[in-house]
Amino acid sequence: MKQNRKLHLKIFRHNPLDPDSVPHMQSFYITEYDSMTLFIALMQIREEQDPSLKFDFCCRAGICGSCGMVINGRPGLACHTQTKDLPEEITLHPLPVFKLLGDLSVDTGTWYRNVGARIEAWVHGNDGAFDAEAEEARMENGLAEQIFELDRCIECGCCIAACGTARMREDFMGAATINRIARFYLDPRDERSDDEYYDVIGNDQGVFGCMGLLGCEDVCPKSIPLQDQLGIMRRMLALNSVKGILPKRVLEKLKHKRPCHENH
Amino acid sequence: MQIFHTDLLCIGAGLAGERVAVEAAMAGFQTMCLSLVPPRRSHSSAAQGGMQAALGNAIMGDGDCPDIHFADTVKGSDWGCDQEVARIYANTAPIVMREVAHWGVPWNRVVAGTHTYYKGGKPFEAEEKAEKHGLIHARAFGGTAKWRTCYTADGTGRSVLNTLDTKCLQYGVGVHDRTQAEALIHDGENCIGCIARCLRTGELRAYYAKATLIATGGYGRIYKASTNAVICDGGGQICALDTGLVPMGNAEAVQFHPTGTVPTDILVTEGCRGDGGTLLDVNEYRFMPDYEPEKAELASRDVVARRMTEHIAKGNGVKSPYGEHLWLDIRHLGEKHITTKLREVYDICTNFLGVNPIHDLIPVRPTQHYSMGGIKTDLNGAAYGLKGLYSAGEAACWDLHGFNRLGGNSLGETVVAGRYVGKKIVEFLKGHSVDFKDGALNDARRKVETRIEDLRTGRKGRESAIDVRNEMQNIMMDYVGIFRDGKELQTAVDKLEVLYERSGRMCLQGSSNKGFSPEMSLALRVPGMIKLAQCTAYGAMMRTESRGAHTRRDFPERNDRDWLNRTLAYWKEGATMPELQYEDASPYFEMPPGDRGYGGGQTIPNELPEERLRMPEGRDKDTFGK
Repeated sequence: MKQNRKLHLKIFRHNPLDPDSVPHMQSFYITEYDSMTLFIALMQIREEQDPSLKFDFCCRAGICGSCGMVINGRPGLACHTQTKDLPEEITLHPLPVFKLLGDLSVDTGTWYRNVGARIEAWVHGNDGAFDAEAEEARMENGLAEQIFELDRCIECGCCIAACGTARMREDFMGAATINRIARFYLDPRDERSDDEYYDVIGNDQGVFGCMGLLGCEDVCPKSIPLQDQLGIMRRMLALNSVKGILPKRVLEKLKHKRPCHENH
Repeated sequence: MQIFHTDLLCIGAGLAGERVAVEAAMAGFQTMCLSLVPPRRSHSSAAQGGMQAALGNAIMGDGDCPDIHFADTVKGSDWGCDQEVARIYANTAPIVMREVAHWGVPWNRVVAGTHTYYKGGKPFEAEEKAEKHGLIHARAFGGTAKWRTCYTADGTGRSVLNTLDTKCLQYGVGVHDRTQAEALIHDGENCIGCIARCLRTGELRAYYAKATLIATGGYGRIYKASTNAVICDGGGQICALDTGLVPMGNAEAVQFHPTGTVPTDILVTEGCRGDGGTLLDVNEYRFMPDYEPEKAELASRDVVARRMTEHIAKGNGVKSPYGEHLWLDIRHLGEKHITTKLREVYDICTNFLGVNPIHDLIPVRPTQHYSMGGIKTDLNGAAYGLKGLYSAGEAACWDLHGFNRLGGNSLGETVVAGRYVGKKIVEFLKGHSVDFKDGALNDARRKVETRIEDLRTGRKGRESAIDVRNEMQNIMMDYVGIFRDGKELQTAVDKLEVLYERSGRMCLQGSSNKGFSPEMSLALRVPGMIKLAQCTAYGAMMRTESRGAHTRRDFPERNDRDWLNRTLAYWKEGATMPELQYEDASPYFEMPPGDRGYGGGQTIPNELPEERLRMPEGRDKDTFGK
């Protein structure tokens, strides 16, 4: 019979509300079994070894985005990380950039709400014009699918934690935010003009702050094409800023909402 | 203690909470949402399948209308639902789907032309109409006569929640996430807010509100195995029940979903079967048509879950280290369909099960999934027992679902009830002034503070919250499952009564409890969870019939003569057991009790007087609720 591995979890511990708490790593040992995920492992540690261990789980199915953490040096979702894919020694840190609440728990909620407000993350249409008796406005299914592709972001924070720019400057809005604005840009129901988009992300806090390291795309647990969204929004904003210089014909040719690597 | 004032306080910021909040905020009222997690992480985000609304755009939904949706819902409920509510829902759901489309939901749309669809594993062709091109499409779900479930791939909850959350941001709804409601503030007649605990610092806060809404979802975590998120512990229902004035409706009505996966209990959507997936046994034989010749895999969930359990009991289950299960087969739908319209299913299977559903079978078994029961409200969403208290969504028993809800009717209910109840709350707020009584606030605060001190100091005993919780979950698994009988239910009731007493002697076991402590959160919840478990077990024991998901081996008939009613469970202050009362299932039966057309089973009839078999004078079925 196969011998189950003994896992050694080294977990970051710190309680910012306790003046006596000093940040440190603490070791826990558990026996691995089939289909064990980091969700199961951490719940087991909390139940059997230390009920005060702080971490965040909600759906435990990779859908809600609560459990982003740094797993052996790489941001990822703990719930869908299987221990069999990791070495016996597993090191867990909280995501950087976000405010630490305790141990592995960070405040992603406040961060995302703030950037959402900065980019006015809603469809700018006319809500008052809704007619309860009228047929819905038509949309091509292909476009609906493209919008949903970007709406799949679960705001887990992994892309922000893996972002070189976000680590250096606090006000950088990061890939998830650029993806969100790209979602609205794609949506014909959002009536904002190119200038209005420029106002919210055409700066160093937005698309022009990105250094192009693209760690964001590497770690996205939902495989959202973040690199494309950055490219699409950069191209749109760059063209917008030279609209008085380049001939209209050239601008029209360059202007489209598809990924940059597609043929123009 | 910090005190916040607001017009409307929504406890819970999932789909129902946010939809109500948007309605009040758009009407100009100050609105706040409390949530255990950032709103977009609410369990609504995990809902995959879709929302039922009789738009009738898809060719397979051609000719659909609210009448047919209403009939499907009533049959699905096994005549346990409130038919006024089912009417309001069926009549207004199409409007609500269009409204969220207007706000930004990227519904999948009709593509004109010939398409290959699947039914029961077999392909067929259908031509979508050119005049419907670009309108909201629909897929098939169980227990429905038409394809009626609006969807965005298999991320419907995610996409609608994102959209509502953007509206909350736009209209200035205040969101306090990582906040747990611990007790309602009330004076015995009016609810005027709640005492809440900050899950960042552990501090208590007070919220004064003219109207308070509970929209905290279900309480599936009273079971060990549940598809529910770990936060679905019934926090909102517990606050309501703890007042001793507000009853739980039909707590015994618990839905087990046919396709929880093994071993993680994560759900894969009914859309799998709606899109043509089949259920197979240990011999890879498709067994459902033998039991349900007409609906097969798409009978209602209670029926499919029962048939699966029966089939396993006959020795046809697949044995595994995690117990017996059956297979879900979606291989024939092909790679493109699976990686686009069932993408979340594909991710779950590959990430959590090590199974590639394009080539492999998915291990599934019936798993606790949905609480039909909840805080009993009237048509307007107003809770019984306290003025100014409302509830909507899974937390409530509005009573759209009776004893079994149809897939796609609960996700739909969140926003349909959210809009309807939201409008009623706005009317209430317009004509209402409130006396914020500090005495009531202090009473509620003292109760919570005492409980916290008991747990911190261990002055009542040394019981561990984790042990007590685990025991409750095991009792529910062992004695209050899919098939029930009087003897087992009595065992559950007895054990839960002892356990409830033990829960009064709990004490934190961890050493470092400065600030926020996750153990404190659990310990504060456990006594209330046992109350909800007891309402479920005791209600089930007393209900000596089988209806919808409530299946008694010792009482196999649906008994309309004695049980065409709804259980109301009250938990009086200081009591160790709930007190049960009953009310009519529906004020009238626009659709008289009859045969569901699936599931088999016998009925003991009720000779209802003629005047109860029609709508009241002056009410029009087509416009009611609009």
